[in-house]
Amino acid sequence: MKGENFVTTTVESLIGWARKYSIFQYPFVTACCGMEYMAAAASHFDIDRFGAGLTRFTPRQADVLFVVGTISHKLAPVLRRVYEQMTEPKWVVAFGTCTVTGGLYDNYATVQGIDAIIPVDIYIPGCPPRPETVLDALIKLQEKIRKEKQKWSLRK
Amino acid sequence: MVLEEVEREFSLGKKDAADGIPTYYCPGENLFPLMEKLKKDFEVLLDITAVDYLGKKEKRFEVVYHLLSLSGKMRVRVKVEVGEGEKIATLSSLWKNANWLEREVYDMFGIEFEGHPDLRRILLYPEFEGHPLRKDYPLKKSQPRIKLLRPERK
Ligand code: SF4
Repeated sequence: MKGENFVTTTVESLIGWARKYSIFQYPFVTACCGMEYMAAAASHFDIDRFGAGLTRFTPRQADVLFVVGTISHKLAPVLRRVYEQMTEPKWVVAFGTCTVTGGLYDNYATVQGIDAIIPVDIYIPGCPPRPETVLDALIKLQEKIRKEKQKWSLRK
Repeated sequence: MVLEEVEREFSLGKKDAADGIPTYYCPGENLFPLMEKLKKDFEVLLDITAVDYLGKKEKRFEVVYHLLSLSGKMRVRVKVEVGEGEKIATLSSLWKNANWLEREVYDMFGIEFEGHPDLRRILLYPEFEGHPLRKDYPLKKSQPRIKLLRPERK
């Protein structure tokens, strides 16, 4: 094998590596955090550097759900439906204090943390979080995607 | 201005609020004729809201109307005291936007507007019970529409 250039790997880690850099996100934006989400997505901070630049506006094509902003009980069934519509594998990012704990809206209307409705992978604190925090969370999510047991099959 | 005219006609006492906006208390039965007169000068209905004076006043609620006069460059505030279970006249035939504003007051305080064409909840969902801005509504009593994964985190 002298002179040949080759790499050995497992299918598992190859898929993990591919998935990590091809995040198609679905932004579920309801409140002020959306401004910071836009800042993170725009050219200055450029979320595309991490392979997460392609926003899909239907949950069926997305694999990461960004929940950005306050979620009220009125909206809760909608959020769960959106999550259920996403195809496996899927991940959820809770963006901002409101989605993590309900934030400053500790009252009758607001869900006290979206993990009461859907499972969450990454929590981003801050009201609103700085774009650096968002990118940090994205890197942590990529790490999680790479390391986890990959669901895949050759069957159609 | 129409203000002096209605003061005489409805024998209203003017009160100057802290923010300098002339404020009138009006009995519920005079509300519609008063507003009809005021509309001549005060073309814009800015807002309808209510206050719950639970245990502080004899009549529990005060419905507050804010009007703006573009020609006269001034505002006026009209307050009506409403007891629990009492109805109050709708203004939706005078101002179109009163329709939604009154629905909001109904949604939050449960005050009913007589003659309103479509008195439904506007912000909360139909299956919500009670009226959350009433002082006796528990501050944190939420009413989830779906089964929560963590019921303790209502
Ligand atoms: S966390 Fe703060 S900035 Fe974000 S949606 Fe809530 S209130 Fe707005």
